[in-house]
Amino acid sequence: MRRSQRELDKVHRTLTRRTLVLGGLQAAFVGGLAMRMRYMQVEQADQFRLLAEENRINIRLLPPTRGEIFDRNGKIVAENIPSYRIVIVREDAGDVEQVISNLQRLIPLDPEELERARAEMRRSPPFLPVTLADQISWEDISKVAVNAPALPGITPEVGLTRVYPNGTDFAHVVGYVGPVSDYDLSQIQDPEPVLRIPRFQIGKVGLEARQEELLRGKAGAKRVEVNATGRVMRELDRREGQPGADLQLTIDTDLQAYVQARLGNESAAAVVVDCDTGDLRAIVSAPSFDPNLFVRGISVADYRALTEDPYRPLANKAVQGTYPPGSTFKMITAMAALEAGLLGPDETVYCPGYLEVAGRKFHCWKRGGHGHVDLENSLKQSCDVYYYDVALKVGIDKITAMAQEFGLGVRHDIPMSAVATGLTPDRAWKSRVHKQDWLIGDTANASIGQGYMLASPLQLAVMSARIATGRRVEPRLVKSVDGVEQPSGGGEDLALNSANLRKLRRAMYAVSNDRRGTAYRSRILTDEFRMAGKTGTSQVRNITAAERAAGVIRNEDLPWERRDHALFVCYAPFDNPKYAVSVVVEHGGGGSAAAAPIARDIILQALYGGFPPLEAYPSEDRSRVSAQQERLQRELRPKIKPDDKDRA
Amino acid sequence: MSYLEYSVKSTPTGLRKILYMNWPLTLLLISVASVGFLMLYSVAGGSFRPWAEPQIKRFAVGLAVMTFVAMVPIWFWRNMAVVAYSVSLLLLVMVELFGAIGMGAQRWIDLGFMRLQPSELMKITLVMLLAAYYDWLPGKKTSRPLWVLIPVLIILVPTGLVLKQPDLGTAILLLAAGGGLMFLAGVHWSYFAAVIAAGVGLITAVFKSRGTEWQLLKDYQFRRIDTFLDPSSDPLGAGYHITQSKIALGSGGWSGRGFMQGTQSRLNFLPEKHTDFIFTTLAEEFGFVGGFSLLSLYALIIVFCIVTALATRDRFSSLVTMGIAINFFLFFAVNMSMVMGLAPVVGVPLPMVSYGGSAMLVLMVAFGLVQSAHIHRPR
Repeated sequence: MRRSQRELDKVHRTLTRRTLVLGGLQAAFVGGLAMRMRYMQVEQADQFRLLAEENRINIRLLPPTRGEIFDRNGKIVAENIPSYRIVIVREDAGDVEQVISNLQRLIPLDPEELERARAEMRRSPPFLPVTLADQISWEDISKVAVNAPALPGITPEVGLTRVYPNGTDFAHVVGYVGPVSDYDLSQIQDPEPVLRIPRFQIGKVGLEARQEELLRGKAGAKRVEVNATGRVMRELDRREGQPGADLQLTIDTDLQAYVQARLGNESAAAVVVDCDTGDLRAIVSAPSFDPNLFVRGISVADYRALTEDPYRPLANKAVQGTYPPGSTFKMITAMAALEAGLLGPDETVYCPGYLEVAGRKFHCWKRGGHGHVDLENSLKQSCDVYYYDVALKVGIDKITAMAQEFGLGVRHDIPMSAVATGLTPDRAWKSRVHKQDWLIGDTANASIGQGYMLASPLQLAVMSARIATGRRVEPRLVKSVDGVEQPSGGGEDLALNSANLRKLRRAMYAVSNDRRGTAYRSRILTDEFRMAGKTGTSQVRNITAAERAAGVIRNEDLPWERRDHALFVCYAPFDNPKYAVSVVVEHGGGGSAAAAPIARDIILQALYGGFPPLEAYPSEDRSRVSAQQERLQRELRPKIKPDDKDRA
Repeated sequence: MSYLEYSVKSTPTGLRKILYMNWPLTLLLISVASVGFLMLYSVAGGSFRPWAEPQIKRFAVGLAVMTFVAMVPIWFWRNMAVVAYSVSLLLLVMVELFGAIGMGAQRWIDLGFMRLQPSELMKITLVMLLAAYYDWLPGKKTSRPLWVLIPVLIILVPTGLVLKQPDLGTAILLLAAGGGLMFLAGVHWSYFAAVIAAGVGLITAVFKSRGTEWQLLKDYQFRRIDTFLDPSSDPLGAGYHITQSKIALGSGGWSGRGFMQGTQSRLNFLPEKHTDFIFTTLAEEFGFVGGFSLLSLYALIIVFCIVTALATRDRFSSLVTMGIAINFFLFFAVNMSMVMGLAPVVGVPLPMVSYGGSAMLVLMVAFGLVQSAHIHRPR
């Protein structure tokens, strides 16, 4: 087909023109692509680089090793021991079910745990280890290791778990750790990421909880490069964490164990304070429990047994329990009166067995009364009327102020759980809490440590130490942190008249050394270890006029929970005080019978640094004490392990 | 102008033809392919296997095929246009009937020694047939409705078949390349205006059809559009590809993270890193400098094709060269837009760089035609 040259030229011109138009469009598009590329790679590069790094880099926390806890002599109280668990890596295992059934023939596997592991395996990528069994014994681990060829993908892993080798002795002091719960996390503002590590242990109660920050340490971290499926390709760098601080307690493990054993199955508490430093040599609440149960996760049955026990083993009675101090408070009333200058040297009060205050009879514990009594006699025989009389002269304000001077009604901030403040009532408190005026009868009740007055065994021990030394002794539980000695609780002078203090101590000496003293039977015969003390018997019920007329029912005839609390506070040696002790036996009956012998035994044990010779005891007591010592020695022996000495 | 009118004697003959090839274009193709080898070596973690080595072999075969096609006079190819188109169409129908299923779509026929994607073949043969058609058609008939309808049918029949596979990317490419060729041939502007208006209407209809009984696209195609419009809506699902691709590209910065240092590709955050997303690896490892260089190479190839097209007085040669240029342009433009988050993920490889046999071979055949047009241009 022939065409005219003109037509061909026209067609060709159209083609050229349109080619150039299309070429222009293409050039514009290429320019657009280049602009876009420049925008992303130059202007937004940093932002995208960050996103790429976020993709690639994963931060893995390295949990810190928890600080260990030692007693004052370096014996271990809380330690970390290796715990073994068995993990499976799916991609190495091949037939997972086959491997699991092989494993099951070797060691017992918890079906519940196994179900959880299977669910976790379904969710997670095949290269991530999944825990099949936790807290495996060394024997089982060896079995797994020996049979490794039949168990592809199975590896034993070592972690650390908390163990309390002293079992029940330190349950209330040190507390225990447990895995972080959702509740724990909700209680902490902005929790550290390390707390979100599965099975990470934190302190739940006691020292473990109160010194959590110190003991936990700081988590380290490693940065790893991961691929799109999350598999770790290599470690980029690693910042080591800081292990938790080791704490040394002021407590003496052996004394603590002795006190725990001596209190036995009573519902009781005892505190031993070092008069010089305020060091708590022992701080015991009985009965106790095994904190190791809680670390592993306590069974429902065990837990119910603990919560339903009427002796309340979970309660820390030494710092958390508050009791009417009873006659142990009489030193405070006496001291307030002495300091107010109301008790002349020969000042006596006549005790007919009661005192009528505002139309109401306030009885002395002795029906017939004590007759004429002075300060020493009143304390020695624990005459109530003397203190009613004196207190009414001094007034409640001075008594309360003096009580606080001696550490009652004041919270001693030692790192244990639920440290109680107790209560030293006064006018303002009563009108605030009870919306009532302070009555003169309230003062009478307070003077003998009854009524609203409440104190913990810790406070009573501190009170004794302050009477013994005349200094503001503060209790101290932690001796050193990572080897750094903590400030001593020796305290400055109380600024009290030393002659008055001497009088008071003299009277306390008489309590346990004078033939007519309420604690005479619990005296110490060793001359250089003579003890000063005071008994207390605090009522937990009202004695009606009718009962009083018919004769007060004896404690032994009452149900346990209505019996009086037995108390005793003391210090020794009298002329150079070393230790102050308080003992409270819940519903134990009379202080002189139930509490004083225990306190005496404890203080002797502390002074001798072990079982005291029988010569320290009154001769009529020796056979009983000897039998008791044998029994306690048998009980204590398994607790003292041979390698403890090496560790110290 | 028909080949009978050429001063045939002035065209080179025999092996001398090789000297008259468009050597700058050939070198550009080799450069682009080499970029591909480099990147395939990189994404395999510094290994010629499994991608770089087969790709090099295929490219060598491709060069031979290109030379062979170039040796054959362009007028022979013009006469073959109808046959080639018919064969392609037949293969497309065969794929529909017997084709294997790959990546959720029926796309290739297993020939034993290679897997043939008829849709790739169709890109070239469609251009050939349209070019031959307009070479034959007298200029003044070009815009008459009847003579417009014929090329429209030539385009729509294969497009429909490809769409049915379903392969939206290739279908759009066929449609755009065919339309581009008709535009070059001089079809009146008003037709394009009408088609664009209709296209807008159709797109509206497609979106309106979603969720109704007469839904025009498959669900996965809708999802691709959704994730294109808002990749962050599903960052770990379908939007993952676009998001990770943009991160890789952007994190390359000005000069890149270094050869084989691209974390996004090396750690598998990039999907399809050896095929559709290979440009991202290049941009990550060589930065803007690397990405822009490849873009420039592509642009130069287009420029050389346009120069070849304008230099020849033969209408078939011009149209075929331009048609191939349009195809080639659409390939890399769509692919790059896709990895930069400017277009939905439609599965268009980066020409000459992405791993893949039949796409590269077909392109080399196409450039063989361009070379042939260059060698046998009327002088």
